[in-house]
Amino acid sequence: MPDLSRLDPLKPVLPWLLLALGLVAPFALSAYDLNLLARFMAMGILALGLVVIWGHGGILSLGQGVFFGLGGYAIALHMKLADLPSGEIPDFMVWSGRDSLPFWWTPFSSPAFTIAAILIVPTLVGALFSWAVFHRRVGGTYFALITQALALAFSTLIISRQDVTGGFNGLTDFYSVFGFGLASPGTGSGLYWVTLVVLCVAFVALRWLLASRFGILLRAARDGENRVRFLGYSPTPFKVVAFAIAAMLAGIGGALFTLHAGVVSPALIGVVPSIEMVVWVAIGGRYSLAGAIVGALLVNLARDAVSSAFPELWLYLMGALFIFVVTLLPRGLAGLVKGRAT
Amino acid sequence: MDALFLNQLFNGASLASLYLLAALGLALSFGLMRVINMAHGEMLMLGGYLAWMTLLVVPGALGIILAIPVAFIGAAAMGGLIQSTLIRRLSARPLDTLLATWGVSLILQQGARDLFGAVGVEVRAPEWLTGSFVAFGVTLPSARLFIILIAALVLGGLALLLLKTRIGLLVRAVNQDRMMASASGIDVKRVDFTIFCLGSGVAGLAGVMLALLGPVTPNVGQSYIIPAFLVVVMGGLGSIVGTTASAIILGLFAALAQIFVDVSVAQMLLLVFVILFIQVRPQGVIAVKTRQLDA
Repeated sequence: MPDLSRLDPLKPVLPWLLLALGLVAPFALSAYDLNLLARFMAMGILALGLVVIWGHGGILSLGQGVFFGLGGYAIALHMKLADLPSGEIPDFMVWSGRDSLPFWWTPFSSPAFTIAAILIVPTLVGALFSWAVFHRRVGGTYFALITQALALAFSTLIISRQDVTGGFNGLTDFYSVFGFGLASPGTGSGLYWVTLVVLCVAFVALRWLLASRFGILLRAARDGENRVRFLGYSPTPFKVVAFAIAAMLAGIGGALFTLHAGVVSPALIGVVPSIEMVVWVAIGGRYSLAGAIVGALLVNLARDAVSSAFPELWLYLMGALFIFVVTLLPRGLAGLVKGRAT
Repeated sequence: MDALFLNQLFNGASLASLYLLAALGLALSFGLMRVINMAHGEMLMLGGYLAWMTLLVVPGALGIILAIPVAFIGAAAMGGLIQSTLIRRLSARPLDTLLATWGVSLILQQGARDLFGAVGVEVRAPEWLTGSFVAFGVTLPSARLFIILIAALVLGGLALLLLKTRIGLLVRAVNQDRMMASASGIDVKRVDFTIFCLGSGVAGLAGVMLALLGPVTPNVGQSYIIPAFLVVVMGGLGSIVGTTASAIILGLFAALAQIFVDVSVAQMLLLVFVILFIQVRPQGVIAVKTRQLDA
């Protein structure tokens, strides 16, 4: 992105600074705080995807929670099955009067299938969904509204199918993942390192992707979709691939978040959380990968600090943040850094 | 089965009326300004609370009739405030407008929660609205008939306004070609403002109708606004006829789907239906013909 970074002295340093903090954190933080940080980093992985579609693609998705949830539920199904004595079914199913496992639960007892599902299902759903809308040249505000309807439909469906999804309470009480006990401190810090590595890999890969011809065309389609068509390109595949990548990152983030938080539920993936995900990126800076990570960390830290003490205050603050950032700081914190430099 | 079908058909008609009242304002402003106000659902909520307050002051049988203009004016004023302080500044950035007005929506919801409590308030419908008629073996509650009637009246009034008055002429001119309208001396910002207030007012009125059906809660608007968004997506840009047709289609679809599946699946099917509809007619039910490339 030479156009965005040429005049910005802090920009090349910021990712290294974040990496240094990430490397030091396990030795400086308590197990509780490290777990919290790891959760926020998992959300940062999702935020990176939003930079690709929203910042560089001009595609606003108000339904990233759906893909976050697909990843989260995939790993949750696996952990639920892993803890079960053979032949039994999860307790909430018994309470809802079921006597057998639904067929689509069964393959999740395999770790390989689960990992494949986390990577493939959100990507595929994202690709099909966005293709269905984009190939008919529907986009912009319409697309944002449709993604919001998707978030509503998905979370309502999960809540209503209590007997097979755990309903409103979601899935929780996990004890082990892939043979590692979740209670042991080693697993906690191990998962932290996994999250850090995934975040770094995603960051580097997207940085390369956005600087490549793909990134140039994505930005071109954002700024003048018809001009791109006149130049002989169809913008649809670029937008669909971008959306699928964002969906995949959201799914991976959701799976890692579920591991750290020990719960996945509709309250984490519905309409309101989905749009909150956009505000992380809006605050950090929608064009900046590092900014999005910072935004996800800062907003969630603030949320954790404020909402435990004053839950009502958080919603006012959140609303004010939306208005403030969008009207006065459209490039987010990253834009602030750049503005001072120029 | 037949009675169930007719019953759902009737429910669909009243659901369509609510979708229409909620979507009209969205569609009008979207046609003019290409922006969607995410706090539009809170105009419904505001209308509901204003109806409740009106009935506290004027309890009699005619309180609900008085509540309609009160809710209209209150919501129109709130809409005007949002438009002139926030949306006008952002009009060139439709996606950012979505986010900023979502912020307004959060604040208004929490404000209502702090003022009126999270549980919600009950509006007691007057006696002439609590009865029901029986026709073709189906019970038709008066309140729902009233809602259909009001929606028809609002639609008729709006059509008259747009087709027969000078304001309507200006609105249609800006809708067709903003630049030319502005060049020929029309104050487009005032047209924007007027239409935004009008649309918010209609939503406030829809809030009164919601109050007749159930308790008014801080997030009462949320359950109707997302279907209303889908109505706008499917309606076609800036077309009142298209918006009306798509509200009827979606209202009937949602109600009839519930014969076979439960509410949550019906919601998913509604979304699938809209996406399938886009495959056939991406320009919406009614597309206003234009030679513009980027409409």
